[in-house]
Amino acid sequence: MKETNQHNEAEKELSPQKKEVVIRAKGIKKSFGKKQVLKDISFDLKKGENIVVLGKSGQGKSVTIQCVVGMLQPDGGSLEVFGEDITTMDDDELKQLRIKIGFLFQGGALYDSMTVRDNLEFPLTRVLKLKDQKEINKKVEGVLDAVGLLDAIDKMPSDLSGGMRKRVGLARTLIVNPEIMLYDEPTTGLDPITSREISELINRLQRKYEISSVIITHDMECARITADRILVMDDGKYIAEGSYKELEKSDNEMVRSFFNVSA
Amino acid sequence: MEAQQELSGWRKWLEGMGDYVLFFTRFFRNIFTGGFEWSEFVRQCYEIGYRSMMLVGITSFIMGLVLILQLRPSLVDLGAESMLPKTLSVALVREIGPVITAIICAGKIASSIGAELGSMKVTEQIDAMEVSGANPVQYLVVTRILATSFMIPLLTVIGDAIGLFGGFLALNFTDSISFSLYFNKCIASLDFSDLLPAVAKTVLFGFAVGFVGCYKGYHSDKGTESVGIAANSAVVTASLWIFIIDAIAVQITSLLFYK
Repeated sequence: MKETNQHNEAEKELSPQKKEVVIRAKGIKKSFGKKQVLKDISFDLKKGENIVVLGKSGQGKSVTIQCVVGMLQPDGGSLEVFGEDITTMDDDELKQLRIKIGFLFQGGALYDSMTVRDNLEFPLTRVLKLKDQKEINKKVEGVLDAVGLLDAIDKMPSDLSGGMRKRVGLARTLIVNPEIMLYDEPTTGLDPITSREISELINRLQRKYEISSVIITHDMECARITADRILVMDDGKYIAEGSYKELEKSDNEMVRSFFNVSA
Repeated sequence: MEAQQELSGWRKWLEGMGDYVLFFTRFFRNIFTGGFEWSEFVRQCYEIGYRSMMLVGITSFIMGLVLILQLRPSLVDLGAESMLPKTLSVALVREIGPVITAIICAGKIASSIGAELGSMKVTEQIDAMEVSGANPVQYLVVTRILATSFMIPLLTVIGDAIGLFGGFLALNFTDSISFSLYFNKCIASLDFSDLLPAVAKTVLFGFAVGFVGCYKGYHSDKGTESVGIAANSAVVTASLWIFIIDAIAVQITSLLFYK
């Protein structure tokens, strides 16, 4: 036992990255009108970690990550990203922070008046302000290759399937090398095979780009493949936390219901 | 209960006005911040200007033609048939041309901007731009509002010329007048005080069309039906603003030029 503890200590000292917290939320509250959606949300996301947030629809899972990226302002609590309180940031600070955070929307949110190439060039020219067309082309082709869609480079979003749109959306987010990825139901509306491909892609990209991720989903297969840690949300609070295997054996009825449906 | 409802109505109205002011401030601030989207501005000028030219041209041609046919009997009764080119040109250039062009553009352009930005909002494209650290106001709003403010005056000038040509054809249905005599009479009857205020107010009409279209689309709710509501509301509000601006512009022009 002592030996194991010593081994763990050594491992922590050898890989300080594992300890670094990139998102720290404490007691976040958020209401829309009279409805309190987030009642008391607290979690830490460590560097290189994948957190999956499970919960029924309308429980405020997406609201949580919208607060993280500054799309919504929490009513209470504190929310630190890379050690800085996001609730007190001005527009310019928020803009700088957002460059480090990627957000994959449910439908991909591709700009439908632009080709795939233009969609990917957009953040490079507008956010990173790149001018060299050779460098831009190299980045666009590289990231499209990583998501396996190099052939679709000149297609319009309307010519792509749901899974392809999500992959391109993911490529557009990854092209600016974010340190944190927020996935809003990445597999919703996809067939099981494509869902699995997307989940495996999330893992592959996490390893390749060393990204920390928060994945909002109610797809248990996606949770099983991607999660280092799972948070289960109910009635605006987290009711359980643990690995997939730990939660699978949980006594909590609500938690078990997710796994039972999956089984 | 009724008083509470009335209070909440006023509150909503005031909040709406506040949103308009904030949106205007964001637009104005973004004109002067770096990174103007020239290529998008040119694309919008093409979409808004060139693609509306046929519609504005046909409408203006018919307006010129109809006005002459309607005016002719009255002026013939007064023995003032020779005043037809002057009457048409003054009416067309000062009032009918700018207002008709702006109303057509409100129907065609404000609705299309409202629907386009509305559907971008519904499909989270605007949110995606915002969270990526790009500036959606710079790319989507500034370019569209400046393009309408620039292209609607141009469309009006072209529409006026086509309307005068329509009037020339209408005059030749019953009378015979040469092209050069007709246009000389038209041009001679127009003054600097006719052209400048007319063009100046079309810039404001263009601004109203672009601003209202962008505001309604950018602030549409998240639902498919809200795209239709945004488009419809953009047309109605822009048309109303065109008449309000026209009423104010006429008062100012009268004070400054027609004492």
